[in-house]
Amino acid sequence: MYTLPTLPGDDVRQIMWRFAERFELQMVVQSARAVARGTVAKLVAEGVRNSHEWNDKKASLLTAFDHSGLSALFMDPAQGGFIEGPKNLALALVAFELAWVDGGSATCSLAGNLALAPIHEKGTPEQRDHYMSRCVPPQPGEDREMLRGAFALTEPLPYVGVDTGVLAGKVRVAEWTPGQEPLLKVEKRGRFITNMDFCNFATVAVDTADERIKTSCMVIVEQGDPGVFDRGAPTLKMVHQLSSTRDPVFNLTVPAGRIIGGYTVQDGVIVPNYSHAEIIGAVFHRTRIPVGLMTTAKLLSAVEPIIRYHRNRFRGGDAAQPGSPRFEQGLQQKEDALHRLLDLWAMGEAGASLGFTAARLADEFDPLEREKDRIFEERGVSGPRRQMAALAEVRDKVLEYARLMSCSEAGRDRARLAELESDPLVRYAHLDAVLNVLIPACKLWNTGAGATMMREAVSLVGGYGITEDCPGFFMHKWTDAQLEATYEGPEAVQRMHLSVTMTSEIFLEQFRLWAEGLEALAGSGFQGGALVLARAMRLWGLTMDHLQRAKDAEGKKLYHRKRQGVTFAMADAVCWLVSARLLIMDVLELAAKGPANPVVADSLEGILGFYTDLCQVQAARAAGEAGRICAELVYGYGDGTGLEEFAGLRARLDAALAGSRLAKDRAGQALAGVMIPEALDYPL
Amino acid sequence: MSAGFHIVVCGSLVPDPLQTLEPIRGPQGPGLKNEMMLPAILDPWAGHALFEAANLAASGGKVWLLSMGPKAKLQQVMMSVAQKAPFELVVLDGPAGGFTDAHFTARALAEAIEGIAGLDRSRLLLFGGWQSASRGAGSTLQMVGERLGVLDQFQGVDEIRVQDDGAFVVKERVEGGGYLVSRCAGPPAVLGWATGNLPEPPNNPQLGMANMRLIMPALQRAEPVPAEPGGLSFASVELPKARRETRLVKDLPPAEVAADILAWIKS
Ligand SMILES: Cc1cc2nc3c(=O)[nH]c(=O)nc-3n(C[C@H](O)[C@H](O)[C@H](O)COP(=O)(O)OP(=O)(O)OC[C@H]3O[C@@H](n4cnc5c(N)ncnc54)[C@H](O)[C@@H]3O)c2cc1C
Repeated sequence: MYTLPTLPGDDVRQIMWRFAERFELQMVVQSARAVARGTVAKLVAEGVRNSHEWNDKKASLLTAFDHSGLSALFMDPAQGGFIEGPKNLALALVAFELAWVDGGSATCSLAGNLALAPIHEKGTPEQRDHYMSRCVPPQPGEDREMLRGAFALTEPLPYVGVDTGVLAGKVRVAEWTPGQEPLLKVEKRGRFITNMDFCNFATVAVDTADERIKTSCMVIVEQGDPGVFDRGAPTLKMVHQLSSTRDPVFNLTVPAGRIIGGYTVQDGVIVPNYSHAEIIGAVFHRTRIPVGLMTTAKLLSAVEPIIRYHRNRFRGGDAAQPGSPRFEQGLQQKEDALHRLLDLWAMGEAGASLGFTAARLADEFDPLEREKDRIFEERGVSGPRRQMAALAEVRDKVLEYARLMSCSEAGRDRARLAELESDPLVRYAHLDAVLNVLIPACKLWNTGAGATMMREAVSLVGGYGITEDCPGFFMHKWTDAQLEATYEGPEAVQRMHLSVTMTSEIFLEQFRLWAEGLEALAGSGFQGGALVLARAMRLWGLTMDHLQRAKDAEGKKLYHRKRQGVTFAMADAVCWLVSARLLIMDVLELAAKGPANPVVADSLEGILGFYTDLCQVQAARAAGEAGRICAELVYGYGDGTGLEEFAGLRARLDAALAGSRLAKDRAGQALAGVMIPEALDYPL
Repeated sequence: MSAGFHIVVCGSLVPDPLQTLEPIRGPQGPGLKNEMMLPAILDPWAGHALFEAANLAASGGKVWLLSMGPKAKLQQVMMSVAQKAPFELVVLDGPAGGFTDAHFTARALAEAIEGIAGLDRSRLLLFGGWQSASRGAGSTLQMVGERLGVLDQFQGVDEIRVQDDGAFVVKERVEGGGYLVSRCAGPPAVLGWATGNLPEPPNNPQLGMANMRLIMPALQRAEPVPAEPGGLSFASVELPKARRETRLVKDLPPAEVAADILAWIKS
């Protein structure tokens, strides 16, 4: 039996989340943590969340972000930032640290980047340089106003929400003198727009209302442009109160050069280079990862306060005498208290593994995407359709690449792998297929399942859970999680997205290879639930195959866009599976790299013992969820006949749960002995 | 005329004070339970010294931070400290903590200072904490100074004011909340800092990145300091009799805090 010495510290996290070699990220973590557990925690403890209005105290957050480098984090060094290259992992880590204390502060820090994201992803080089560098706080000796942005897509009912297709916001030509840049009239009403109290520019999505403008687009509007820049009424939200949200009204005249990504003039018509939908697709691809991790941070942040509450429950007074189990262990004497905390912890770990993996892969993906764009431009392949057709041509290579990558080092054809790897289109298409599942999965599952689990955290500290005095602000965190599940695309949007992406041939093959890898891992003696998870993944694959072929009594296809009862449920199931698998991958990384880290090495046996059991706890839970969903779908739409293969696999899945409760018992025992700090490192 | 000071700040890491600190006896003598796993911070007294040094050197001069500690842990601590002030790190990969021998530490530090390339000893200000948060013996810095022949020593320093002629005035804490104010003709001198007057600077990752270019090689280069046989040994180690009790109380006015402490002392 192992013992868990302490809660996992930075050394363990850096290995698991793969930034042990990246000092700039480690510094950013320290920076964000200092703001979170200092400025932010103090504001929350002072009750600053108890108002809808933005005020000076809330504004002190912006100063703290500016001073600690967080405002400049999104920028490249040439624009005044300090991290070279893609910044998805950096942004994910910052959101995690801030949300560890308060989700609204994380939103506040991220919203400025969200405003810049359309410019960053699709803006012209001039737009990018201008706005990115002016959003950096002025350096000593520099005299300029700093820009802060808002991102305005959502509109008052009955317009844009989940459905971003029908825009009420409009753009028209206001004035077009031949030979001069056209002037545009931009009318947009926003609903629930973050940063509206202090932003001085906004990136707004508008449709064309003029035959001289070809399509919808996104436009940059600035305070000071002629017309109305009305910040509107504050949103009477009850969560994320350290962020600013209002319903603004814009009615402004701007030069056509503010169309994000630029435009061409064809036959007297302004043709934006990107429609609003294309830009939004590119933006949300990445920005949803930090949001998912915000809820995850809440779960993991709850572990320490819950342990402390449970241990101290009967101390003081004469309720129990020092030395007695009641005094020393408190509520940790009770199995359920330990087991439920493990469930929460395991889900938090799996969410973190999913989110940080997605962020890391997004960092790999960014340059590949640019390279793909360059290649396509060179070959004259333009427009999403033609690009998709071009990518379909490399599909077989991508499948081969995925298979070769999952072979053992010894068994793989290294020369061929290197050849495939050197083709950026192959790597692009592979990562694209994977990320198109991992990113929506992170947004959907980390926030949705996470919010439900956060309720469990509230329960675990009894009545204190719903009070202001609860160490760790659980009540705030529980309700905040609900917003994280909603903004930047609610759960329904993620499920719709997954319904399509998780059926791509490349993803399905990759998923099958992951299951195969887990089987090999289980065969090598790894105890962390690899087998049960592999079988659950096989079952999911079998179910998908069945659903895509089977029809209901009326002869209608089961797997169909309109049948959300099928597609959405399968999307939920895949999230449980990929997140549980990625936790195992991170624990394997810890096993591989831990021995070389002198801080971790001494206690590695205990840490790995605990984490392996936690993997098994999560794998069992994930397999249970996925198995239930698959069984409901497979049996639920049919008459129960001809499903022997499914029934057999389901039975083998159940059998592979052998020992998983014992793992939970062991982890529970370790949890009861873990050393925690004397007090929380941020105020009440 | 601070332009010329070469300031060496001696400081290492201590466990984060909010952690549970439980002495245990290990194979190498006494230590803290799970000490290696506990998150560490820069010794707060040394931290004050570092911020004061950076402030003094802002208009010229140079700062080195000399640290002896387990280098993997020092590296973690640097991720935060390197963002707070510009300095060059000199690392000794050796023990740090409440149970090290101050003589051994002082000798290692003094030798390291003698080896710093480009250090002009005639302009040396040797900074550090007047005590350490892991053990308040307050002896190490004095011994480092003695070994280097720096005999102008000030302890419990809260302020240094440099005058135009290069001399400086130092305020040292003395009994009863008073200060001893001395004038020193110039370097070299030892200043063991109390809290000083400066707040902890916010983290600045840009500065951190600049510092890291020298810090990482310094950490990689750091040689293990061989343990000294037959040095200090501990007959017994125990927690102070009064148990530490951490209570978190919200919004208590200072007068009530004082009354609370008074009641505790009387009880
Ligand atoms: C505090 C806060 C800050 C925000 N910040 C911003 C911001 O800065 N910029 C911005 O542009 N927006 C922002 N938003 C808006 C946010 O993105 C939207 O609220 C969100 O996209 C959902 O839109 P809606 O509220 O109109 O929900 P609706 O579109 O009305 O959807 C409600 C629910 O109906 C169901 N549903 C809807 N459509 C479907 C479907 N096709 N299939 C199945 N089910 C469906 C789902 O259950 C969904 O959750 C913010 C919102 C809040 C609350």
